Amino acid sequence: MSTNTASSSSGAAGSADASAPRRNSKRPKYSKFTQQELPACKPILTPKWVISAFLLVSVVFIPIGVASLFASRDVVEIVDRYETECIPPDKRSDKVKYIQTTENTTCSRTLTVPKRMKHPIFVYYQLDNFYQNHRRYVKSRSDAQLKKNSSADDVSSCKPEDMANGKSIVPCGLIAWSLFNDTYSFSRNNQQLNVNKKDISWKSDRENKFGKDVYPTNFQNGTLKGGASLNPLIPLSEQEDLIVWMRTAALPTFRKLYGKIEVDLQANDIIQVILENNYNTYSFNGKKKLVLSTTSWLGGKNDFLGIAYLTVGGLCFVLALTFTVVYLVKPRRLGDPSYLSWNRNPGGR
Amino acid sequence: MAGGRRRKHHFGRIHDSSRGKASERGEQSLIGSPGFSRIVYSNHPECIEASAINYGSNYVSTTKYTLATFFPKSLFEQFRRVANLYFLICAILSFTPLSPYTALSSVLPLVVVIGVTMGKEVLEDWRRKKQDIEMNNRKVQVHHGDGIFDNAKWMDLKVGDIVKVQKDEFFPADLILLSSSYEEAICYVETMNLDGETNLKLKQALDATSNFHEDLSFQNFKAVIKCEDPNANLYTFVGGLQLEERQYPLTPQQLLLRDSKLRNTDFIYGVVIFTGHDTKVMQNSTAPPSKRSKIEKRMDKIVYFLFFVLVVMSFIGSIFFGISTREDLENGRMTRWYLRPDDTTIYYDPKRAPVAAILHFLTALMLYSYLIPISLYVSIEIVKVLQTVFINHDLHMYYEEADKPAHARTSNLNEELGQVDTIFSDKTGTLTCNSMEFIKCSVAGTAYGRGVTEVERALSGSKGLPLVQEVKDEEGQVEDSSEERTSIKGYNFVDERVTNGNWVNEPHADVIQKFLRLLAICHTAIPDVDEETGRISYEAESPDEAAFVIAARELGFEFYERTQTSISLHEFDPISGTKVERSYELLNILEFSSSRKRMSVIVRNKDGKLLLLCKGADSVIFERLAKNGSEFEEKTKEHINEYADAGLRTLVLAYRELDEEEYKEFNRELTEAKNSVSADREEMIEEVGEKIERDLILLGATAVEDKLQNGVPECIDKLAQAGIKIWVLTGDKMETAINIGFACSLLRQGMRQIVISSETPEIKALEKVGDNAAVATEFKAKVLHQISGGLELLATSSENSEALALIIDGKSLACALEDDVKDMFLQLALGCASVICCRSSPKQKALVTRLVKIRTGSTTLAIGDGANDVGMLQEADIGIGISGVEGMQAVMSSDIAIAQFRYLERLLLVHGHWCYRRISSMICYFFYKNIAFGFTLFFFEAYASFSGQTVYNDWYLSLYNVFFTSLPVIALGVFDQDVSSRLCLKFPLLYQEGVQNVLFSWSRILGWAFNGVLSATLIFFFCIRAMEHQAFRKGGEVVGLEILGTTMYTCVVWVVNCQMALSISYFTYIQHLLIWGGAIFWYLFLLAYGAMDPNISTTAYKVFIEACAPAPLYWLLTLFVLFSSLIPYITYAAIQLRFFPMYHQMIQWIRTDGQSDDPEYCHMVRQRSLRTTTVGYTARIEATSKRFQEKPEGH
Repeated sequence: MSTNTASSSSGAAGSADASAPRRNSKRPKYSKFTQQELPACKPILTPKWVISAFLLVSVVFIPIGVASLFASRDVVEIVDRYETECIPPDKRSDKVKYIQTTENTTCSRTLTVPKRMKHPIFVYYQLDNFYQNHRRYVKSRSDAQLKKNSSADDVSSCKPEDMANGKSIVPCGLIAWSLFNDTYSFSRNNQQLNVNKKDISWKSDRENKFGKDVYPTNFQNGTLKGGASLNPLIPLSEQEDLIVWMRTAALPTFRKLYGKIEVDLQANDIIQVILENNYNTYSFNGKKKLVLSTTSWLGGKNDFLGIAYLTVGGLCFVLALTFTVVYLVKPRRLGDPSYLSWNRNPGGR
Repeated sequence: MAGGRRRKHHFGRIHDSSRGKASERGEQSLIGSPGFSRIVYSNHPECIEASAINYGSNYVSTTKYTLATFFPKSLFEQFRRVANLYFLICAILSFTPLSPYTALSSVLPLVVVIGVTMGKEVLEDWRRKKQDIEMNNRKVQVHHGDGIFDNAKWMDLKVGDIVKVQKDEFFPADLILLSSSYEEAICYVETMNLDGETNLKLKQALDATSNFHEDLSFQNFKAVIKCEDPNANLYTFVGGLQLEERQYPLTPQQLLLRDSKLRNTDFIYGVVIFTGHDTKVMQNSTAPPSKRSKIEKRMDKIVYFLFFVLVVMSFIGSIFFGISTREDLENGRMTRWYLRPDDTTIYYDPKRAPVAAILHFLTALMLYSYLIPISLYVSIEIVKVLQTVFINHDLHMYYEEADKPAHARTSNLNEELGQVDTIFSDKTGTLTCNSMEFIKCSVAGTAYGRGVTEVERALSGSKGLPLVQEVKDEEGQVEDSSEERTSIKGYNFVDERVTNGNWVNEPHADVIQKFLRLLAICHTAIPDVDEETGRISYEAESPDEAAFVIAARELGFEFYERTQTSISLHEFDPISGTKVERSYELLNILEFSSSRKRMSVIVRNKDGKLLLLCKGADSVIFERLAKNGSEFEEKTKEHINEYADAGLRTLVLAYRELDEEEYKEFNRELTEAKNSVSADREEMIEEVGEKIERDLILLGATAVEDKLQNGVPECIDKLAQAGIKIWVLTGDKMETAINIGFACSLLRQGMRQIVISSETPEIKALEKVGDNAAVATEFKAKVLHQISGGLELLATSSENSEALALIIDGKSLACALEDDVKDMFLQLALGCASVICCRSSPKQKALVTRLVKIRTGSTTLAIGDGANDVGMLQEADIGIGISGVEGMQAVMSSDIAIAQFRYLERLLLVHGHWCYRRISSMICYFFYKNIAFGFTLFFFEAYASFSGQTVYNDWYLSLYNVFFTSLPVIALGVFDQDVSSRLCLKFPLLYQEGVQNVLFSWSRILGWAFNGVLSATLIFFFCIRAMEHQAFRKGGEVVGLEILGTTMYTCVVWVVNCQMALSISYFTYIQHLLIWGGAIFWYLFLLAYGAMDPNISTTAYKVFIEACAPAPLYWLLTLFVLFSSLIPYITYAAIQLRFFPMYHQMIQWIRTDGQSDDPEYCHMVRQRSLRTTTVGYTARIEATSKRFQEKPEGH
């Protein structure tokens, strides 16, 4: 009873193929494409494939994970949270009032270098709970105005920081207006550490988004003063703090590059930071942190990627093992039809 | 002239009936009343009334749109779709400050999508327009006064014009026939375009106008026609013609309808009475109901579900947004001062936070619009059109003989083809070729004829067993001769013992002679001698009758002339061995009727002997045999059973010699009965016939094959194996239907047949006595009783798994379809393996279809070829037209046209399965990719205090569905194959995946949605965790909004495209190109877009080239997110494939293992996976295998 019924159906088609096409016949032209017979690879997830794929993933992922982890561990990072400490204890009951009224908010911090830090050492300020990605905030800028002097009056998108005293503000908008204005100066062993503030912004921003002939005018002249003021004599393309600030952060916790220290710091070096605590994060309970960090090829200190790679690599390895064991313990012939779900209940529905 | 004579013969018959109709004067009085107000002044060019009436031109337009209406109408059509309307509202809102993105980026995709759909509409309408132009510019000869006829365009015809139509031309409008080239002013009309019937219909003009035979005679012709207003009824017409102050009634007999064709008549003259859209054919053309597939209906539900999710997400977002906005001002002090909440617009006003939240809700609705795939509808349309192209181009569905490829007339239903649960098939012309072939006979107890029937061929082909016939005659050259013989239509008789005059040497040569003579005489056919070749063809009432006459001719008894009183034959004379002419005096014909089931002729041969020749169904003949005439009865009965089982139609032939006295008595009674005017005239005639048709002497039996189309049994078997139920709905009589049921293995010996018939003796007796109402109730009770009896049988048979067949005739069906019975009927019918409805009217066919469609909710497919199937085709979920010989009516109302029934197998099992799979995977995947994308937006919102800021650049957003992810989906929808066509046919049960809808079940859809959410979660959180705030590359730069957006987007594009690569199972270069191309295109886009002026590219300016590409983190993160998002799916798929494989996956496995060529293994898989099939020859083999095994041993 091993007959093959499939052959019976193809007879008719075969005869159609044989005869030559007639003139003007409606016979479809033969091509592999129209007959849907294009050569194709038809991969299915056979155990062999699955196990090798998982093994391959783990073999690739684990080294990457190790490398990433090492890179992250190589990075030396000093984080100093200062928003509370920089307020005299007696004024801490109303921090907002303190930050808004007090003129001299200088504060001194001491940092210890835990490990040798090779230059360049990047200085960041980190803000917390600050929604630079708020739609109102993100939109509140005028790219045209930033780029060209002639579009200085193009401030329609900048409300309410578009005009002050009847004149347009350059740079306008909430982003520029709320420019971060804490400043830091570092010294080691009473010796000033230079903070290089050049080239801390994206080159394309400096060159193409912020005009060389655009100067801040009428900035921070409104009724309400936001953040930092700008030197009206320096063109925007050189106001790198502004440029950095204007690249809005993606998440409410973010760091921005403040500058670079171009010398190595040795382990156990004591670093004195004199900072001007001007920026109001107290209204919205935001933290402020000063971060000094070196970088690796992978950037700053973040173990996540390395751990993630290791985890997934390990997981894949476990999966590969499990599948292997399962297939070994419970072998079954490929395509054993007794596993077909509708065989077990012949009704089907 | 033989032809002329023949026409006269027809003419006589028809003339009678037409006169009968004309006598219904009642209708004539209607003229002039409302609904019958049309007045046509023919040939009155100067008449004022004529010019005052404007009935519209003969211009016909079938287009959906005109230039002016195109935009409003098609836009309206487009925006009737909820999704499109939603996107339109989004696009409008995007011009307000509410919009989270720029207006252009939301308008453009909408414009593209709407534009493509409208483009398709334009294209389709343009085709119709071209057809109209061709039609409107056809030429016809029109009378221009003074007896001059000149060519004019169809569209310039006016009501009242006199036109002259030549042979084989179409009538340009509805005409009243005035005269023709024939003396009697008759003409023949082919109405194929109207009702699909190919036979010619005779029309005849009024006597009053019949003598206008020349152009010039119309010089002074003037007539006024008053008739009914335009209506859609093809078969009625009421009107009157006023000619020279006399009034003549007009009937449908004078009406020539537009789009029918003049045949066999050189020319006719006619008056135009209805033009253009007033013509009956145009009034009749209703738009076919637009059908939507079940998948699309479910897709709408998913879209609504996504809308719901969208609203929920927006709602949640708005609440959070409202809260955080309100908190921006605390006791008059700004918290998030950098947002300036003290000086803000309504959208962010903390003092009116609820309003801001409501407005934000609108913003969020727009923002999350990426959950709803805008391009889904247009992609599906594109895919379906391409799928249709593949169906149309399939060489396996191209019919060489008629030069007809398959033609999908609508692309809406491709995937529905993969879900068919029940097929309703017409019989004649669909299962059969509508040609009868004389194939076997049994004479004097000996069976002759070695022809092989389709059924036998199917049986032997599938079984691998040698043919029973061949076993018998192994020495003979059996097979090959039958092939060349088929050239004679209606004759497929092969037996060298009988052919070529060899029958004279057979033992019962005298019986054979009588047998053949009876075949040549006992019929009502009319010969038609071709004057050039001398070949004779026959016009018979039914094709089987023609088959008999042809068989007699081929075997040496050539019938060549019929007059009112005689029948003449060229007879083979066994003594001289030559052909002699013999004439028989035709005395009486006792015609066939369905109740008599027999016909007889009484002739007097040249020796003066009176002979009664009779042929009829076995049941009626055997009981009328004389005692000495039943010599061969047992043998013949045995043969008849064999024939019936082989799917042949059998008739028994018998004769009787009459003596003069008896005949005289009979003739007197018959004449009396015929001349009586009482109501039971017919019955009296029957009774007289009954008296004389007795004491017959058996000659033998004939077997005629109602020839099945090629491959029908195989196809039905495959469809049955695929678990599709097949119902035959036919207008034929019960016996024929049962025969065909046997022929195509829907019925078999040993199947319990539940016959519900109105022709039982009790019901007949009832009809004779009772009044109508009583009969009706009684009849219904009877039917009800039979149905409930059937249900009881069904209950018992399900225990012993006996197959049941339900056979029901039209009259009983009418009862069974009444509201209170139909559920029971349906229950019974669904329980039966085969259902055959015979004698069913077109309406009943449609009703049965509707009953099954609505009550079971399963997908129905109707297949038919004739005008009587139109209702059924339109009612069913899918209508398949057979573009055969029976005209175009069925094809025109079908969704897909194929040339042969057997192509249904490929259409359903291969294309249907593929399309179903493709569309359902495509929709699932579409939702997956949009959910994956949309949820990343939502998650980001949670980190942006739900302000409505998007993480992606506007153009990334709008191009997501258009460029980066849509092409691979389209490729999936057009090209993907789970298994090859060969394997689809080899494992028909695969089709059940569609019927049970396993690939588009809610669990699967939700599974994909869940996968989408999972992917989005992994992508988003991995990205933000890996890139949070630290420097993301060596240069110390940190991640900004634009970099995070670009990275996440890269991950989404990769994940979504690779998910696609994982879920398709057919990789051609096209797939490679589109999937990997989609990802590469994203990078190219980034490069190009980033290189544009920052005013255009805004946040994407140089983001890739400057920030992302040089950062290893970007690449490592992409790689990591890609794999980690796919691992859940791969694991799931591997486990599922390994331990819970679906049927297609098993076949894929078999294929991968290279076991698909191992017949034993495949057989095992197939057998173990087969649900018990109850019809088809496979089932038949199972049932009869015992019988088969015993038989060969016997020989």
